[in-house]
Amino acid sequence: MSAVQATDVIGQRIKRKEDPRFIQGLGRYVDDITLPRMVYMALVRSPYAHARLKAIRTEAALAMPGVLAVITGADLEKAGLAWMPTLAGDRQMVLATGKVLFQYQEVAAVVAETREAAFDGAEAVEVEYEPLPAVVDPFASLRPESPLLREDREEKTNHIWHWEAGEREATEAAIRSADVVVRQDVVFQRVHPAPLEPCGCVADYNRGTGRLTLYVTSQAPHAHRTLLSMVSGLPEHMIRVISPDVGGGFGNKVAIYPGYVCAVVASLRLGRPVKWVETRTENLTSTQFARDYHMTAEIAAGRDGRVKALRVRALADHGAFDAQANPTRYPAGLFSICTGSYDFPTAFAEVDAVYTNKAPGGVAYRCSFRVTEASYLIERTMDVLADELGIDPAELRRRNFVPPAKFPYRSALGWTYDSGDYAKALDLALETVGYEELRREQEERRRRGELMGIGLSSFTEIVGAGPNHLFDIAGIKMFDSCELRVHPTGKVLARFGTRHQGQGHETTFAQVVAQELGLSVDDVIVEEGDTDTAPYGLGTYGSRSTPTAGAAAALAARRVREKALKIAAHLLECGEEDVQWADGRFQVQGAPARSVTMKDVALAAYTNPPPGLEPGLEAVFYYDPPNLTFPFGTYVCVVDIDKGTGDVKVRRFVAVDDCGTVINPMIVEGQIHGGLTEGFGIAFMQEIKYDEDGNCLSGNFTEYLLPTAVETPRWETARTVTPSPHHPIGAKGVGESPNVGSPAAFVNAVVDALSPLGVRHIDMPVTREKVWSILRSHGIRG
Amino acid sequence: MKRELTLTINGQPYTGVVEPRRLLVHFIREEAGLTGTHVGCDTTSCGACTVLLDGRPVKSCTLFAVQAEGHAVTTVEGLAREGELHPLQQAFWEQHGLQCGYCTPGMLMTGAALLERRPDPGEEEIRRAISGNLCRCTGYQNIVRAIQEAARAMRGAAEPVSAGQGAAGAASAARGGMVP
Amino acid sequence: MIPAAFDYAAPGSLPEAVELLRRHGEEAKVIAGGQSLIPAMRFRLARPGVLVDIQRIPGLDFLAEEEGVLRIGPLVRHAEMEASPLIRDRYPLLAETASVVADPLVRNLGTVAGSLVHADPAGDWGAALLAARARVVLTGPGGERELALEDFLVDTFTTAISPDEILTEIRVPAPAPRSGGAYLKIERKVGDFATAAVGVQVAFDADGRCTAAGVGLCAVGPTSLRAREAEAFLAGKRFEPEVLERAGELAAAASSPVADTRGSEAYKRDMVRILTVRALARAAERALAA
Repeated sequence: MSAVQATDVIGQRIKRKEDPRFIQGLGRYVDDITLPRMVYMALVRSPYAHARLKAIRTEAALAMPGVLAVITGADLEKAGLAWMPTLAGDRQMVLATGKVLFQYQEVAAVVAETREAAFDGAEAVEVEYEPLPAVVDPFASLRPESPLLREDREEKTNHIWHWEAGEREATEAAIRSADVVVRQDVVFQRVHPAPLEPCGCVADYNRGTGRLTLYVTSQAPHAHRTLLSMVSGLPEHMIRVISPDVGGGFGNKVAIYPGYVCAVVASLRLGRPVKWVETRTENLTSTQFARDYHMTAEIAAGRDGRVKALRVRALADHGAFDAQANPTRYPAGLFSICTGSYDFPTAFAEVDAVYTNKAPGGVAYRCSFRVTEASYLIERTMDVLADELGIDPAELRRRNFVPPAKFPYRSALGWTYDSGDYAKALDLALETVGYEELRREQEERRRRGELMGIGLSSFTEIVGAGPNHLFDIAGIKMFDSCELRVHPTGKVLARFGTRHQGQGHETTFAQVVAQELGLSVDDVIVEEGDTDTAPYGLGTYGSRSTPTAGAAAALAARRVREKALKIAAHLLECGEEDVQWADGRFQVQGAPARSVTMKDVALAAYTNPPPGLEPGLEAVFYYDPPNLTFPFGTYVCVVDIDKGTGDVKVRRFVAVDDCGTVINPMIVEGQIHGGLTEGFGIAFMQEIKYDEDGNCLSGNFTEYLLPTAVETPRWETARTVTPSPHHPIGAKGVGESPNVGSPAAFVNAVVDALSPLGVRHIDMPVTREKVWSILRSHGIRG
Repeated sequence: MKRELTLTINGQPYTGVVEPRRLLVHFIREEAGLTGTHVGCDTTSCGACTVLLDGRPVKSCTLFAVQAEGHAVTTVEGLAREGELHPLQQAFWEQHGLQCGYCTPGMLMTGAALLERRPDPGEEEIRRAISGNLCRCTGYQNIVRAIQEAARAMRGAAEPVSAGQGAAGAASAARGGMVP
Repeated sequence: MIPAAFDYAAPGSLPEAVELLRRHGEEAKVIAGGQSLIPAMRFRLARPGVLVDIQRIPGLDFLAEEEGVLRIGPLVRHAEMEASPLIRDRYPLLAETASVVADPLVRNLGTVAGSLVHADPAGDWGAALLAARARVVLTGPGGERELALEDFLVDTFTTAISPDEILTEIRVPAPAPRSGGAYLKIERKVGDFATAAVGVQVAFDADGRCTAAGVGLCAVGPTSLRAREAEAFLAGKRFEPEVLERAGELAAAASSPVADTRGSEAYKRDMVRILTVRALARAAERALAA
């Protein structure tokens, strides 16, 4: 890599530092780790969604060649490990005892000398079940006649919690007195993040040292260490969690899964390293799903289109255990961002959560906690309002945007938006796509009986959790951290509490540090994922890395600079007050030619420190963000519909994003391409479905459909830049905006195409058949 | 049941004693210790395990190692030659054609095989060619771009004057559309 | 997922392969490309005791037109059908089919013959080759026998093949002058099985009247189907829009889809109608352009 000028590192399209290993097949993922005497584990899972466990017979399995151990829930119960806490204050079975609550629930673990023998052994475990009626529909689950799912809880109900925000009465009053009220039911279907690498671990308990090393697919290795210590009783300093290269996470790798705990137990019992890597089927059927929110929105507005109030209700289906990874105070996450980009005078939102006989969750899939649900709901419902009033959806949005002058803006549901210029992003998007011209074309095509649609989404996100007085997970505050060590030769080791899974931290964080220290990106190496070496942090999810660890990087570097300045003054033989940091070096005020670089200072820190100053040049910064960051943007989608097949073709998609200061435009664009593609998949094909008996119908990639290069549209990206006022370099998170903002743009475009037929809403995924059945019900035969 | 098996991978013989049910991908990863080839599914869907079998890209999770005996297997570790990255590896790096890196080896093998066959593929043709490889991070756009850039680089290396964009369009059109 | 254990044999000749099949009976399974069999084995839905790998038998990958018949050998892969200039120039129905089977990587290993023997009604080759009036040759201990593809495809995952037989050749009549074909498939994404697909092969006289029509339907019945009423209706007709529309309706009526995750019965049936109309139009355009 060519050297980059120190002064302008931020904002450069710098090739990623992590790539050379990945393009040569030299990445190291969990399944690549092989240790001496390592054995393999496979899990026995329930074929039923709801059933009593009558008996588990392990003799046949234990007699199979190569099988070393079979662990059941009863075994774990003796060690007090049959249940584990979730990150949302609930608890979850590690291995089933008493009954099973979802299909593919973990029932037993088989450990064997080879992978093949482990699978053979798992097949040989005999389990007797007494099937019970399964509860699949979340609304049915709340009815009094519904079977009680969680007999272990004190509360004898399937209802988990109720949460609300805003002004109930004021909202009601505004709705009663409004000119116009629209109401829309919207389901955000159950989806799964499905990173390409499944989850897995190698648990290595060393009887000699008494230490457990857990290599695990983790987005949050420190949280895993602390929780594992709490669950297992092993002292925390005797656990080392290493999250090596992670093949995508998208929220799926935040939780601790029963398989990890079983592998740890097996390693403790056998004194050998135990590898467990789930199959894709196991990944899709038992690990963290997302969404499954059943929502209703009402908007009250004047005839002029000005919004007066928003009322939202949602039912959240969490499956068998409330295993989401949400901040303690926010069981419905940041769902109250549902007022979006609009200046609602008042609003009220409430969410109830419920158990069903489905896989436990649900996690934030490529979004901050429940933000995608909220954004989709408001952007969908704004289009319903536009249709009701006969106002162009772009115009309706513009009329209701929070104006730039109102920032920092306090929303009706209590968030303080840091910065935004929503109209600017909208204007750029409309101009880029040629909105006026497209509307004319649409009119023309409609006259010819053709179906073309244009969909908008002007979303606002809320990311970077979060201020520590508000945000914690399982009690641990949601700060993040950076530790910098400047070596004598001016090279830097930068360590973080986050853990990237493709986001490019090894490059972008190096850019931040290099910028702050006047060094080249090549001088900085970024390390994450090993709890023995990295400073404590809460990990990477919810677009929080740049807002938190990215800030910590800048501030740790500034802390280094404070000390470096003292050394510089010593080297320049002047007073500290006469030294300034400018153009990436320390200069004598008024005599800029007299200067030293960070490299000079680094060497002096170890070889020639000023008298009385500690040698060395290091800093640690634990960053408690004063607020979240609020990225935003406008997306425009243009679709054409085949009246014969119901096929929706995305003709164009323009994405204008504003994530504040851009550290590396190449990486930001890549994040946006990826997020849009996931949003596209969710809008048109991804869904985890169950039949009425609770059988999962989407348990592999032949039924859980992910877009290939052929279906995926070409993306057009542009940006505006509205820096965050409170972030040290003005950056906001970006990885998730496109996934949050795009589903509404896709669906709005399809609904727009069909609006001459009176269509106002279609639930995702928008399959060909859904479109086809609308067409046929209006007598359009194709 | 077990048998001794020798496979040629990246020009080197690798011997292992395996059951017939040993999948090629596991032989590559475990007997040969070449972990660049990944496993992402169990239904022949994702292509993370793509390797070249006698030069053609195939899913090594859907082939038994015994079936590959006597054939030439190429994995991502065999792409670079004498310390020089393959132009496609270089282009993936330049064009940000990867994020988490998990699909990357498979994508590279499919892309490299395409470029062997088609020196100047158009965008549609590239998208079809990589449609057996799933990527969850990039949205494919930069992968397509990387393959195009590698094609240019490889043509440039083969012939001093680079062929124009026009040829790419023609190649794509010649293939014709297959979907309704 | 890991298949259950099995024994493996790689015979060097056809008689040797047939003898292995005879010896092992129902326990044995022939493997060629393995792209349907291995996934089933990984889920342990298929558990053959012995795999007889025919890939090492020389001479089974022929693909040639001889004396008015296209001969497809048992080791011809989908990708070879897709890339073959002969197929592309003379058999657009088959070229189009080849290009939508599974995905490009699967097509590099999977074979046409293997797909027919697997007899998945959602497999593309059954419908296409029914439209093309293909016949198959089976080789067993007693020698060869030939039968029409229609008679070969008995039921879902069930054919007329005996456990000791191998499908050793597919025979497709060479196209007459002024003929053309097309294959159209609705799939939820690349790599998916068809929600519905239709293959057609049509020929015309000098007046533009249809002299022969083959219409094969995919994924809308217990086996790949022939839409006989549509075929009969088209004979002697010019392909006016009403004619195509009626043929589409007849083909839809001939289908017997079942609802699944890919779509309802009504949707699939209507897709048969739509695809039949479009495929016939495309095939006619090809036939009459020449």
